[in-house]
Amino acid sequence: MSTAILKPLRNKSSQKRSEGRAAWILAAPALLLLTSFVVLPVILGLGLGFTNAQLLSPNAPEFTGLSNFKTLVGVATTTIHAERNTDGSCVKDASGQIAFESLRDRTREGSKYPNLVGKTEVKRFINEKNCSAKIVLAGDPTFWRSMGNTLFFALIVVPVQGGLALLLALLVNQKLKGRNFFRTIYFIPTVTSMVVISMLWRFIYQPEGLINKTISNFNPSYVPIDWLGNPKTAMPAIIFLSVWQAVGYHMMIWLGGLQTIPQELYEAVRMDGANKWHEFKFVTIPGLRHTFVFILITITIAALGLFIQIGILTGGGPLDSTTTLVWQSFVHGYQRQEIGYGSAISFVFFIMVLFISLIQRSMTKRLES
Amino acid sequence: MKISIGRILSYVLAIVLTVFFAFPLVFMVMSSLKPDFNLLQDTGSFRAFLPVGPISFNNYIGVYDRIPLLMFIGNSLIVATTTTILGLFFNSMLGFALGRMEFKGKSFVFAVIISTLILPFEVIAIPLLYMMVKLPVLSFKGGIHFTQGLFNNYQVQILPFIANAIAIFLFMQYFKSIPKELDEAARVDGASWFLIYRKIAMPLAGPAIGTVSILTFLPMWNAYIWPVMTIQDERYRPIMIGLQYFYVNFGTSWGQIMAYLTILTVPVVILFLSMQRFFVNSIATTGVKG
Repeated sequence: MSTAILKPLRNKSSQKRSEGRAAWILAAPALLLLTSFVVLPVILGLGLGFTNAQLLSPNAPEFTGLSNFKTLVGVATTTIHAERNTDGSCVKDASGQIAFESLRDRTREGSKYPNLVGKTEVKRFINEKNCSAKIVLAGDPTFWRSMGNTLFFALIVVPVQGGLALLLALLVNQKLKGRNFFRTIYFIPTVTSMVVISMLWRFIYQPEGLINKTISNFNPSYVPIDWLGNPKTAMPAIIFLSVWQAVGYHMMIWLGGLQTIPQELYEAVRMDGANKWHEFKFVTIPGLRHTFVFILITITIAALGLFIQIGILTGGGPLDSTTTLVWQSFVHGYQRQEIGYGSAISFVFFIMVLFISLIQRSMTKRLES
Repeated sequence: MKISIGRILSYVLAIVLTVFFAFPLVFMVMSSLKPDFNLLQDTGSFRAFLPVGPISFNNYIGVYDRIPLLMFIGNSLIVATTTTILGLFFNSMLGFALGRMEFKGKSFVFAVIISTLILPFEVIAIPLLYMMVKLPVLSFKGGIHFTQGLFNNYQVQILPFIANAIAIFLFMQYFKSIPKELDEAARVDGASWFLIYRKIAMPLAGPAIGTVSILTFLPMWNAYIWPVMTIQDERYRPIMIGLQYFYVNFGTSWGQIMAYLTILTVPVVILFLSMQRFFVNSIATTGVKG
């Protein structure tokens, strides 16, 4: 560098200006790409949610206002009635069910109940005394199933995965022989593609797969369970493999946090006669506060985005028991080419992620003050 | 060192967990060497995790015969390597500007990057797909003209992933940690900012380069959803999509699937084992500082 010829000294403001120019030139390529392929799609997504855009349609998308969102989150209730017999009981049809008036009359185009048009029955509460039934309808029942499944998945995965990861970290943070080997093994599933992991577990969960055959060996009268084909077990099976895959990653983050705690703190409380539990309670836990917030947020956001496992293992089934928000955005936006509706679902997901990151911000602020 | 019950329990637990985390991958590799009949028969006993029975590489040969394997691997390497290299340049440049220079609008640029840091790709996948399909593209085939849509090629797999908020953030952090005196001295000597970036900052950024390379290359090798959505032309398919050839309803060969899964996984595990330092680094940086 010493070979460079000294330039004449310039005044401060022109130096600043040239620094500004150089900085923008250096920043330009990445900024341009980031704007085009991240910022712009976010804005475009917000806009498309208010249109009827189709992927391969030659027609320009039309502005449809809140229509997509109304279908998506719209719910309504209505009450239908049945005639009474002379003895006061409700009239039944041939199959023994109470013969209610038709719901189709109310939900089809041009009915007298505009708020029910296009909606589907979700639940029916029958009141035999009044010969009536209260019916809950939704514009898109699958959306509500997806929302429920996604939240259920996150509710289980966040504490289980975060907690197990901490236990793993505490285990391999001890001075064990071969602890690097253990860390490596626990971490390997997280670098393996989720597609590969899902295919492997598809075999493991099969009726003729590892789990069923192993149990059969110990218990000949065991009836194999189709883990992924049963609405009761499909979601738990997906939760299990998801935790198995990702827990090593968060173990590493906890480890990073554990290593920032100064050893002197442990020695200090030991001098005061603290046992292992006291050490954990008074040194480890307070020392991991920041790591805790980070782990809480990253697992929550990742859990809300549950998707690839669904695509490879169940396709949202059986009976919508594993459908999720992002899976639905993919089904509508890509498979059915309804970009407008798919974008509306992505928007809901975006709002949830935004909400979580706002929580993170306020938690971090509270820790720092 | 005295041996306590606690330590013995720790070892037992650590070994049990090793089995728990390793068994699917061990099963995958062992099964890839067995004919379908033996693979299914061994399921449920310890034999499933051992290379026993008629062991051969026939499944791998079968995979090779069934799909254009080398082309898929080549496509993935082209896409992942190009993205990694371009990303290293552009993201480090922006990271350098943010970490070491003063300019108007810096805090705004910083805010944009921080806010995209946690944005999952799934949020933008659908609008991005629409954008790519509707995008006018300059074409040079048979004269210069515009065609509509950027899909079924390498560009669509590369372009959206070059600029990466996490990479920018990592570079920024790293460049901040290099003492300022270094470039002040060079400035006095009349060196331009570009020279400082190229000759001082980048040569010192080894660990950041390693970490960012891993963080870009690995997800690109593992890319699945975006190629599913944008690549229908076999000539540009990356390796993960090749899996779709194997789960047709008729004639699913689990042996071949396991062989293919092994082919998908082995490079990643080797990469991980040889660059473990950078992996741990990347997690420490994103985790503790993030």
